[in-house]
Amino acid sequence: MDESDEQSRDLDALIEAGARILGLPVAPEWRQAIRLHLAISLGHGQALAEFALPEDLDPAPVFAA
Amino acid sequence: MIDDPDFAEAGAIAAMVAARRSSAAAIVEAVLTRIARLNPVLNAFTAITAERARARAAAIDMAVAAGGPVGPLAGVPFAVKNLIDVAGLPTLAGSRINRDSPPAAADAMLVRRLEEAGAVLVGALNMGEYAYDFTGENCHDGPSRNPHDPDCMTGGSSGGSGGAVAGGLVPIALGSDTNGSIRVPASFCGVFGLKPTYGRLSRAGSFPFVSSLDQLGPLARSARDLAIAYDAMQGPDPADPVCAGRPPEPVLGALARGAAGLRIAAASGYFRRGAEPAALDALDRAAAALGATEAVELPEPDRARSAAYVITTTEGAALHLDRLRRRPGDFDPDVRDRLLAGALVPAPLVVQAQKFRRWYRDAVLRLFDRFDAILAPATPCVAPRIGQKTFTLDGKEALLRPNIGIYTQPISFIGLPVTAVPVPGPESGLPIGVQIIAAPWREEVTLRIAQALEDAGIARAPRPAAIV
Repeated sequence: MDESDEQSRDLDALIEAGARILGLPVAPEWRQAIRLHLAISLGHGQALAEFALPEDLDPAPVFAA
Repeated sequence: MIDDPDFAEAGAIAAMVAARRSSAAAIVEAVLTRIARLNPVLNAFTAITAERARARAAAIDMAVAAGGPVGPLAGVPFAVKNLIDVAGLPTLAGSRINRDSPPAAADAMLVRRLEEAGAVLVGALNMGEYAYDFTGENCHDGPSRNPHDPDCMTGGSSGGSGGAVAGGLVPIALGSDTNGSIRVPASFCGVFGLKPTYGRLSRAGSFPFVSSLDQLGPLARSARDLAIAYDAMQGPDPADPVCAGRPPEPVLGALARGAAGLRIAAASGYFRRGAEPAALDALDRAAAALGATEAVELPEPDRARSAAYVITTTEGAALHLDRLRRRPGDFDPDVRDRLLAGALVPAPLVVQAQKFRRWYRDAVLRLFDRFDAILAPATPCVAPRIGQKTFTLDGKEALLRPNIGIYTQPISFIGLPVTAVPVPGPESGLPIGVQIIAAPWREEVTLRIAQALEDAGIARAPRPAAIV
């Protein structure tokens, strides 16, 4: 099994478990597109996770009571 | 009478009405006739508020006849993206699902403010479903069509707004911009578009998409018309918690100053990579006309786009989670599948995106110590053909939908004000736009530069040859 097969399997597992927990329907014919978009989003997330940020940096939305 | 009524500027129309050289009623009838003739081609409107417009025009004409004051937009027809509330119409937000919602009980704040300035609402405009779109396509209402070539995209998600203004159906339209949804159709359709600073204009009475990023703004055929509309819409609004408490800062009077004294640079690196020659040519001609010889690299723009992408897909998913559960089959499949994917993105990545947003904001704002404005392409390409799914980006085939906004996303991500100006090429063809980007709350700078480019003959909204 190559890396892309492994990633597809992981994404399918995430889609299946996440959709079930959130109560989201996923028809079999939607799965390929969802997997593609999830891979794109996680790729963007990975680019952010790799960027070192100060721990004390406040996230952008600052709530004022 | 106005020489070229279909493509008259809003300011000229209002001056004619105020001086009783034309009536608001006659202008509105002409616009309704043109919409009836061309909307079957352009598919810009999803609702036409003819009776309301006639009543409003009659009231303006009565006020003029009585010698009363009329506003700076007296008798000027306008239309709004159909995610903006219009009393008596369901706020579709480009969706099938919202057709089942009750009609809006009141107009959105920006509609009220434009009408208080004398403008006349003539309808609601087509858009990409729930604004998650850069194409202007819509599987429920059909695609908005580009007046310069009806087989091409308008861009989105404010597709009907771009098409209606470019096609001479209205001089002013309102759109919304989360990641580029005003600037992309402005570029593809060859019109001017203003995405104000995040928090500048009230969003009250509009259907949201990504509250962290959403902003409303005007599209028009000149910088001056953008300024008139923008000035009319400014002001605090407690009904939108994001709307700033700043008093209005009118810009119209500043336009005549042009770009004098402004320090302007052109974005390089990321913002030149992948752009088609037409996009770079437009950028270079605008920069040359302004004497903008310095190039500037924004810090980590690709990560800024990534963060905007993550925030968008997750906030969008959260907004629509219940609709995804109950009515998944009623979504546009292209939108549904991205929202379903967005619902599954782990939360730490979203927080990291919001932390990065803070870092990036601070880093970009430092550039504005050296420059008043930065120029960048609005889109990497001219309008693709309707139905097109992929395009060539940086020498590689890439998906079209997620990538049309590569140059707009890193800017709206931190809420900067931007005016997109059309910079038609020396040869006739599809138009393309350039972004004029300034520091927060400096809309005036972007509009002064837009005016300077217009005065220099570099920026203009070309009249479409494809329609009469």
